[in-house]
Order: sequence, then structure tokens, then C-alpha cells
Amino acid sequence: MASDSAAIAIRPSRPAPWRDPRLRGIVLQVLFIAVIAVLIAFFANNTIVNLRRQNIASGFGFMEREAAFGIGESLIPYSPADTYARAFLVGLTNTLYVSAIGIVLATVLGTIMGLARLSSNWLVAKLAAVYVETFRNIPLALQLLFWWGLLRQVAPGPRDAWRPLPGVFVSNRGILFPVPREDPAHLWMAIACVIGTALAYAVYRWARKRQEATGRQFPTGWAGLGLIVGLPLVVFLASGAPLSFDWPALRGFNFAGGSAVSPEFGALLIGLVVYTGTFIAEIVRADILAVSWGQSEAAMALGLRQGQRMQLVVLPQALRVIIPPMTSEYLSLTKNSSLAVIIGFPDLVSIANTTINQTGQAVEGIAMIMAVYLVISLLISLAMNLYNRAVALVER
Amino acid sequence: MTTGTLRRLAALGAIVFFGIAGAAEAGPTVDKVKQAGSVNCGVQTGVAGYAQPDSQGVYTGFNIDICKALAAALFGDPSKVKFTPLTAQQRFTALQSGEVDLLVNNTTWTLQRDTDLGFDFAPVIFFDGQGFMVAKKLGVKTAKELNGATVCVSPGTTTELNLADYFRANKMEFKPVVIEKIDELAAAFFSGRCDVYTTDASGLAAVRVGRASNPDDYIILPERISKEPLAPVVRQGDDQWKDVVSWVVYALMNAEEMGITQKNLDDMAKSEDPAVKRMLGSTPGMGKALGLDEKWAYNAVKAVGNYGEIFDKHLGLSSPLKLERGYNNLWTKGGLIYPMPIR
Repeated sequence: MASDSAAIAIRPSRPAPWRDPRLRGIVLQVLFIAVIAVLIAFFANNTIVNLRRQNIASGFGFMEREAAFGIGESLIPYSPADTYARAFLVGLTNTLYVSAIGIVLATVLGTIMGLARLSSNWLVAKLAAVYVETFRNIPLALQLLFWWGLLRQVAPGPRDAWRPLPGVFVSNRGILFPVPREDPAHLWMAIACVIGTALAYAVYRWARKRQEATGRQFPTGWAGLGLIVGLPLVVFLASGAPLSFDWPALRGFNFAGGSAVSPEFGALLIGLVVYTGTFIAEIVRADILAVSWGQSEAAMALGLRQGQRMQLVVLPQALRVIIPPMTSEYLSLTKNSSLAVIIGFPDLVSIANTTINQTGQAVEGIAMIMAVYLVISLLISLAMNLYNRAVALVER
Repeated sequence: MTTGTLRRLAALGAIVFFGIAGAAEAGPTVDKVKQAGSVNCGVQTGVAGYAQPDSQGVYTGFNIDICKALAAALFGDPSKVKFTPLTAQQRFTALQSGEVDLLVNNTTWTLQRDTDLGFDFAPVIFFDGQGFMVAKKLGVKTAKELNGATVCVSPGTTTELNLADYFRANKMEFKPVVIEKIDELAAAFFSGRCDVYTTDASGLAAVRVGRASNPDDYIILPERISKEPLAPVVRQGDDQWKDVVSWVVYALMNAEEMGITQKNLDDMAKSEDPAVKRMLGSTPGMGKALGLDEKWAYNAVKAVGNYGEIFDKHLGLSSPLKLERGYNNLWTKGGLIYPMPIR
């Protein structure tokens, strides 16, 4: 009897292996990974065998070869004598450049339009609604062709370019404007600007603490502006105001000197910003409405002005809900930038396509495009998730 | 995603997931084509004189007739051919993946395409050279004056590479504007976005005729900066198919050499000339050697005429393109067209 009951007591702690949920879980997961690994190995092998059977070259050796084709616009120095790897890098920087500017501008435009749709002014609200409903519902590819055609057709040729301001030329080659020539003082101005920004943040912290303690307010905005703009200005004047411009001028066929925004870049940027702006406007509008009206009423009861109500009560709560859908918009803007190929802006996809065609190595080229977009998207996602964690509701 | 990228992804899927029709064993393309009952010919999306769809979507042109001749030789019926329009960027993946059976789309024969890309070339059907087209009002007389120009060029072509080479060699600067679709590229040039449009000289003539609102406003500069031997392309390692394509092309050229035309074909079939009898199948043997009907060459010429007739109809002085025969004349008349003997 005694030995029997002991056996019963021990049994649950040593079940048969197939009854142990932990062990079973591990085995299943190992099996699952093994199946995936076998599948990947099978497809990789299949690819290699197929390529070899068709006598198609494979491997990434081509990246070190001379690219030998020209690229229209580049942020980094590039010539046809550079390698395919360099050409890829040019495409990547162009993609990142247009996406980064696009994300900032789309956020600004979207927020303004989202707030405008909530405006009590009938005209403003309706105009914003028309903007959203129009541009949200037309395919982006068509919009890009439209903007590009507009920029190309409306502006005159370079020899009779418009000159809206002295030194600024608008033609079908793009918008040309003068840029300051580089000077050692400019570096110091940049450093002064960084220091000014840090000081402005310190002043803001101090002013807030003081206000919490004493209730006295401090003109943080003006002080910040003075620090951020004033400090570089002081440096500029102290170093003898060294400023000379690189003016664009018509030489031969095209403009030389200055800096340019090409019609392709312009059309892509406008298209991405206007299109993505509509979605952001709707997100902003929806999430402001999601903050219950009682919050605004409570703020009014405390005697806050309308601006303060928005800034101190409504927006901080709305932001929490805004961030996740906003992340999606940023991701799609970045990926949509690959539509650049339609209008000939040399983004990553455009350059990868050319590379694939010149080398015939489609598998490698497509794999690189996929890998790059995956990495960019994951990085944006990561950054936004970190920010989300910072503003998320902390339950106490 | 553009159609080009989509097509490439689809082709990539085919390479990764499935074995591909074509390649290793002898003659699978011929079998595949015979089973399908039609040839699938990769052509351009729209280039006047070479491959241009009309308002009903019916293709006509020089390259189209080469494909029809092939269909006639294979099936005795020139209508048993499907045309797949491909941009410069789509064409190679489409051929590699087996989506089309051959390309007849002004592809330049180069070493890298012959080796790295896994292709083989049939005989050259058009000897061309790259040129530059500019608006007359710019007052440019030679390509050496093009320093600083903005140039419209199709991406993924030999043209794009020759362009960069030429400007490098002459220490000049240029800005390329590259757009995949010929429509958009030509629109960009004619709206003044580019100073220069560059492609093969014959292509320039085609674009000028087909797309300029007033063709006389544009001139083609005298320089030819490259050799562009344009030839049909097939997959490497399929010798029987390459033989069929090559000998159909040679048959069209031989027909011109022998004075066989679409009109006098039936009279010539009764000729006592042994070479003519061999080619037109009155003396059997040639068709069998190729694995085709003995009437293969007869049918090809009957469908579209001989090489010279095709040239004159679509590209020659009586066509809108008004191209001289030049290098594309028979070797007996000072050109480079030298068909191998059919015997």
C-alpha cells in the first residue's frame, strides 16, 4: 500500500516524453525549423542548378566590376569608372534622401490638413476634405506622371528660363539656385548651432521646473530662437561675414554652378508628400477625435486657452494613438519611392534594374533590393517603436 | 511596382521554384513550340518600322516579319506566332525564364550577353551604329559639341554604356535621363527635358518619324559612336532551335541573293537551278536536316518575301523611315549581308 501511493505521487513529475508539454514544444519547434531550413536549402540549390544549367553567371563578383553607365543625380561623387557597388550606393543614398525629406514634409502637410479638416471654418474644412479625397483616391503612379509632365511641360527650356529671383532659374531642367561657397567659418557656425540647441533645451528644462515650482512663466520660445539662430550669427559676424555664392549660369546647353532640384526629384517628392499627406491627415484627424470631448471640457474648466488645450491636453493623448499607424505610413512612403523608375529618378530600384540588365544577374540584384528595403523598413519600424514606447501610457 | 519589376519577379520565381523549359537537352524549344502550336517572339513595345502595333493591336515591322517567316517555316502558316512586347529591361529575364522562345528586338550581339547571360545569337539581321539626335534650333553640328548636354537614354542597353564611354573618351560631361518606357523617354526628349536622344541610328530615325510632331525639327548627328550588330537571341545550349532560327534568316537572305521574291516564288520553284531547287524543297533533304518540312524556306519567303523585300517595305527608301541599305546590302552589292550556303 505505502509503496503504491509513493509510486502515484512520483508519476506526475516524470510523464512519458510525448506527454511532456515542454519537451513536446521543443521537439516541434526544432522540427519546424528543420523543415524551413530544408526548404530554403532546396530552393537555393534549385536556383543554383537552374542558373548553371542555363549557363547564367551567378555570385556577387560583378559588384567589383566597373559599372560604365552614367547616373543623372548623385549625392556622392560618382563617375562611370566607378564600380557597380558604388552605383548601388548612389541609388541607396538617393532613395534614403527622397524618403527622409518626404517623411518630414508629409508629416507637416498631413498634420496641417488633418487639423484643417477639424477647423470650425467651413471653407478651410471643406478645402482640406477635397484635398484628402482627391489625392488619396488617385493611384500614386499616375500622380507621379502628372507632376513630372507638369514640371516638364510648363517650364521653358534652359535658354529662356524664368528668373523669379535674381540667381534663381526655373526651367524644364529643374530649379537652379545659388549655394554659399564653403568656408571654414561655416563649420564653426554649425557647431555654434548645435551648442545653441543644447542650451535652448537646458533653458526649457529650467523654465519648466521653475514654472512647476513657482508658477512664473518664461518666454522659452524666444530665448530658444535667440540661442539657436543667434549664436551661429554671432560666429558668422565675428569671423568677418565670409559669404560668397556659387551662382548658376547658363553655359552651353545647361546651367553650371549652383545647386539644382531636377524635375524627376521634384515630381517624386511632390507626389510622395501629397499622396502620403492625405493618409497622415486622416490619421491625425481620427486620433484627435479619439480623445474624448470631456478632456477638452475639463481643460476649459481649468481656464486653458484653445492653443494650450490642444498642446497640453489633447495632443499628448492623441500622439499615443497616432504613432503606430504613422509608422505604417512612413514605411509605405519609403517603399513607394521605388516608383521613381517610372519617371527616371535614379533611386535604388532604377539603378539595380540597370545593373541586372547589364550583368544579367537578376537573382542577386533582386535579392539585394529586397534586403535593402527590408533593412530600411525594419530600422524605421524600430525607431518608431522606441518613440512609441517613450510616449505610451505608463500605468501607475 | 512597374511591370518591368513585376515581370522580373515572376521570372525570378520561375528560376527559384521550378525547373525551366529549355536549356540542357537537345531541341526542347523546337518541341515546345511545335506542341504549343505557335512561336512566342519577344519584340519591342513600339518602334516604328521594326515592331509597331496599330490601333487594333496588330503588329507590323521588320522584326515582326522575321518572326512570321520563322512561324511559316515551322508551321507553314505565318499567323502561328505570338508577339510579347518587352522593354529593354524586361527582355533578357523573359528569355532566360522561357516566357518567350526568342528575341527579335534589335538586341546588340556582345560578348557578355553571349556568355554571362547564357544566350546565343542567330545571324545579324541589321548592322547598325549608335547616333545622337538633337533639335535643329540648338545649332549643334557634331557630337563633339555636346559637352554638358542632358541625354535621354534607355536603361540597361549597350547604348547607355557606349554613351558613357564616348563622353569619357572625349573628356566631356553629360547628364543622363533614363526611363524604361520608350513612350515616356521620347516624350521627355520632345518636350525639351533632354538636349540629346541617343540610340541606334535606325532607332533614332524610327523615333523621329513615329513620335516627333514635326520630324524636320530634329537632326541626327553624323557620328556613329559604336558598332551595333542586331541579331535574334536564343537561349544557349539549345543548338537545334538556334539552327532553325539561323537558317530561316539565311534562307531569307539567300532568296534575295538568288533573286527569289514573294511574287516570282512559284515560278522559281519550277526552276532547274540546283541551288534554288535545294532551298525551295524541290530537291528534298534540307528540311529533313533541320527537322522541318521540306517547304520551310518556300513558306518563309511566301509569307514575307526575301530579306531585301522586308527591308524595303519597313525601313527602306519607300518607307517613312527612309533608311539606305548601306551595310545591310548583300555582300555582292558592297554590303555585309553574307548568307551561308544552303546545301
